[in-house]
Amino acid sequence: MPLVTNIQKFSIHDGDGVRTTVFFKGCPLKCVWCHNPETQRFYAEMMLDEDKCVHCGMCEQVCPEGAVSMVEGRPELDQNKCIHCGKCEKFCTAVCRENVGKKYTVKELTKELVKDRMFYEDSGGGVTFSGGEVMAVDMDFILAMAKSLDREDITLTIDTCGYTDYENFVKILPYVNTFLYDVKVMDPELHKKYIGVDNKLILENLKRLSDDGGRIYIRIPTVKEVNGNDANMQATIDFLNENRIRVAQVNLLPYHDTGSGKYRRIGKEYEGTELHAPDKDEMEHFKQMFIDAGYTNTKIGG
Amino acid sequence: MARGMNERIQKLRDISVNTPVHIDMERALIETKFYEENDGKYSIPVMRGMFLKKYFSEKTLYLGDGELIIGEKGCDPQASPTFPELCCHSEKDMVVMSERKLVSFHTTEEDRKIQEFEVIPYWQGRTMRDKILSEMTPEWHECYAAGMFTEFMEQRGPGHTCGGEQIFTTGYMDYKEEIKKALEAIDYMNDPDAIAKQEELKGMDIACDAVIILGERYHELALEMAEKEKDPKRRAELKQIAANLEVVPKYAPKTYWQAIQQYWFTHLAVTTELNPWDALSPGRMDQHLIKFYEADTEAGILDDEKALELLECLWVKFYNQPAPVKVGITLKESATYTDFANINTGGVTPDGKDGVNPVSYLILDCMDEMKLVQPNSNVTISKKTPAKFLKRACEISRKGWGQPAFYNTEAQIMELINAGKSLEDARRGGSSGCVETGAWGSEAYILTGYMNIPKIFQLTLYNGFDPISGKQLGLPLGYARNFKTYDELWNAFKKQLEYIIDIKIRGNNVIEKLYAEYMPAPILSVVTNDCIKNGKDYNAGGSRYNTRYIQGVGIGTITDCLAAIKYNVYDEKNFTMEELIEAMDNDFEGYDTIYNLVHDHSPKYGNDDDYADSIMQDVFALYRDTITGRPTMTGGKYGVDMLPTTCHVYFGDVIGATANGRKAHKPVSEGISPEKSADTHGPTAVIKSCAKMDHLSTAGTLLNQKFTPDVVAGEEGLNNMATLIRSYFAMDGHHIQFNVIDKQTLIEAQKHPDEYKDLIVRVAGYSDFFRNLDKPLQDEIINRTEQSFC
Repeated sequence: MPLVTNIQKFSIHDGDGVRTTVFFKGCPLKCVWCHNPETQRFYAEMMLDEDKCVHCGMCEQVCPEGAVSMVEGRPELDQNKCIHCGKCEKFCTAVCRENVGKKYTVKELTKELVKDRMFYEDSGGGVTFSGGEVMAVDMDFILAMAKSLDREDITLTIDTCGYTDYENFVKILPYVNTFLYDVKVMDPELHKKYIGVDNKLILENLKRLSDDGGRIYIRIPTVKEVNGNDANMQATIDFLNENRIRVAQVNLLPYHDTGSGKYRRIGKEYEGTELHAPDKDEMEHFKQMFIDAGYTNTKIGG
Repeated sequence: MARGMNERIQKLRDISVNTPVHIDMERALIETKFYEENDGKYSIPVMRGMFLKKYFSEKTLYLGDGELIIGEKGCDPQASPTFPELCCHSEKDMVVMSERKLVSFHTTEEDRKIQEFEVIPYWQGRTMRDKILSEMTPEWHECYAAGMFTEFMEQRGPGHTCGGEQIFTTGYMDYKEEIKKALEAIDYMNDPDAIAKQEELKGMDIACDAVIILGERYHELALEMAEKEKDPKRRAELKQIAANLEVVPKYAPKTYWQAIQQYWFTHLAVTTELNPWDALSPGRMDQHLIKFYEADTEAGILDDEKALELLECLWVKFYNQPAPVKVGITLKESATYTDFANINTGGVTPDGKDGVNPVSYLILDCMDEMKLVQPNSNVTISKKTPAKFLKRACEISRKGWGQPAFYNTEAQIMELINAGKSLEDARRGGSSGCVETGAWGSEAYILTGYMNIPKIFQLTLYNGFDPISGKQLGLPLGYARNFKTYDELWNAFKKQLEYIIDIKIRGNNVIEKLYAEYMPAPILSVVTNDCIKNGKDYNAGGSRYNTRYIQGVGIGTITDCLAAIKYNVYDEKNFTMEELIEAMDNDFEGYDTIYNLVHDHSPKYGNDDDYADSIMQDVFALYRDTITGRPTMTGGKYGVDMLPTTCHVYFGDVIGATANGRKAHKPVSEGISPEKSADTHGPTAVIKSCAKMDHLSTAGTLLNQKFTPDVVAGEEGLNNMATLIRSYFAMDGHHIQFNVIDKQTLIEAQKHPDEYKDLIVRVAGYSDFFRNLDKPLQDEIINRTEQSFC
């Protein structure tokens, strides 16, 4: 059963209309600029804000499994013993701990997602599965969820990096209204450098998904130092043209570092400190490149 | 050329906005002399009518340069008459009101002398305030002083109503004719109330003369000014104004211009005969004006530019009239110059069709251009309202100054029908004041005061004792630790609530009869349906419908308190009740774990979480059922509203730390909005939670939502706003209003008030200049959960 890190309501930048976005935990990629580092690992974690921690040891005291121990005044968590009961979070004196990764059954998650039905129906919205990488978590669960939402007549959007076995797309396609498909960098070497893997599989899957009739929004997280240049944008356009990808919308998403603060809390180091968003004029220029190439439905932002 | 106010309107608006509010002693002086000479000679209603006639015969007139709609309550714009028959200000009040920083009313040395030597000597001991306070029980006085509830009639008269169509279609001669017929119909042989009716009707008749005299005096003044006027354009305008005054207020208006002028005279008359809450709004002005607009346009004497200009002249008139001066607790519950005159646009017609017409759009343009906090502008959205209208309203709303607020037509109609109105009267009705619903033109729907629900819950925890005032205000039903189960706690709360509400209603009943007896309102009675026919005053139950309300405050706070206790003490056993009370007694200082559990890890109202929301439903149902349907003393019934004005700040100030982690003296939740920063799941979850309240069984609820501008930017942003509104209304939500502003702007505005003089925010049921609010209220608006989404 996959873990969920967040259920975000009134999500208005992840697809059409008013949506609820579910963030699943675990991702096969490792984008340098990732602003949801807590969704990278596939297992549950405890985030700790060390700046807030008062080293009181309350978490150690309340843990029923002895999974927390104070080492040099800092709470250490034994992943093997932790049952994610949340007690250390609740009783924390300084509100510095946060459990990341919650299990839901299909029934429980569906119940949560139908709550905003009224808003979906009025706005043409629905549910978005994001992550992490939803196509890389337990596909049986995702497929069951997709069917469950379909029975509720709630439309589903999948936000994906495309790095998965194509069979997964085949299974889920009948239940998905729109794919938000990330196309990050066209140069395979650069892709490997910043994202951790080569983009071959991602681009192949995109072509097959388009050929099989998937409705696709191309999303390009735009980073000045990585892909925010004419050459990359032109290469992207060329790829879309040559492979006759049927694109319903292009979204150019300017880089932002609002997630950088989370790295320390999850025990990681942010490697994107030297990255920047292209300036406004450059973004407008990239947008114009896509429009000129016939992708008239191109937007800056989601 | 870009649209915008023309030069005339800019000038008038500048005068209105930049003139300091000042006390005008003329009314008090004329009234005092009149009563000194005549008291005892005539019946009370006749005296009231005669006084109005005397004031309108003698008062200083004002016809400002460039004005097209004329008439002021006092001697000039921002002049505020006083009402010593209701509340006679002490010498000290006269100084305090002038010198206080916020909502001040300038008084001169001369004003203070008049008050000391002329007004006070006569009115001391004779005011309604004196009568009311001397009749209240000791329990009432203790609760009132401690902030358990407030009393609306302590300094202002009942009113809380809104004009009906008749105001735009009837001349004062027509009313006189109606009164004459009613006098003729009195059955002196069989009706024991015959003489009372006769006196009431005589009073009404004299009050009509008063309005006619005011019109005649302005007519003469306009002619005189026209004679002297050198500018031919202005001379023609003055002549037209004089020509209008040959028709109104005496006869029914014939043109769009006259219709607006007629309404304004009625507004002035109602708000100067007494000092009623919520002024007198024009009701469905778009619908009342449309036939004049169409006829005049057809006749070629009106175009959209002129029609808009006349509306803007009216807007200036509203802004020229600050709400009469308030002091003490009444000031705390409603700390504003706003007099709650409402403009309601949209809705449906009496036969149920979409009510939006070309004048509706002109009103939106007017509101957009004028950006004035008074009048309070609203739109009423029905299922039939075109998306174009809703979006235009959203476009104005997202500019961030809090107007228009959005009301749900279908909910209002259901609320009115539920309270016994006919379908047609319900469709003619809507919301006025803050959010309260009534059958406009036919109902006295009187708000009597706010109820501090979280404070009643505090009493429950301390054996009926109030640690803040140091008094035993409630029943001795045991201390918190005595309640072994949640049900025991709940039952004790229920008894305390019933006890306090009984104290309030007993007081209300006396006050209601005192007003019926001693303070009739003849002109308000003339313009409210059925008072003439019944020969009975508005304040005595003469209207077609009569209802009274006690407004519940703090539903978010009390819900979160109960949820935190139920969850932590009874369900999860995270700590004991004694530990919690100890933490509360210490304002949670040194009790971080308990504080975090109740503040951050307990179910909270506003997150679409049934654990908390079902408690909200229980509290609401208890409050509603304890009050709704109880008889009033003038033949009506009680109901509830859930709205706070600024009272949630005052009520919070008189409560110590609460079980939800709210620190001592901080504001309680406002309207039906969640407790500050308790809602963490965004606006749809807030709306879902709020919609779980049965709005249709109230007479109004108030929901505030604040957005940063990016959330509602662009065409998509407008669609998002429209979706939230439509969805909330589909779930029977009554009212929603938006503050679209970023937090940083507000923090800057607080630091540098002079640089942000123009900044308007939605407070609660009305908008105000941010700089006019005191610090706790400013803080609260800053902290009101900011809904920002990435």
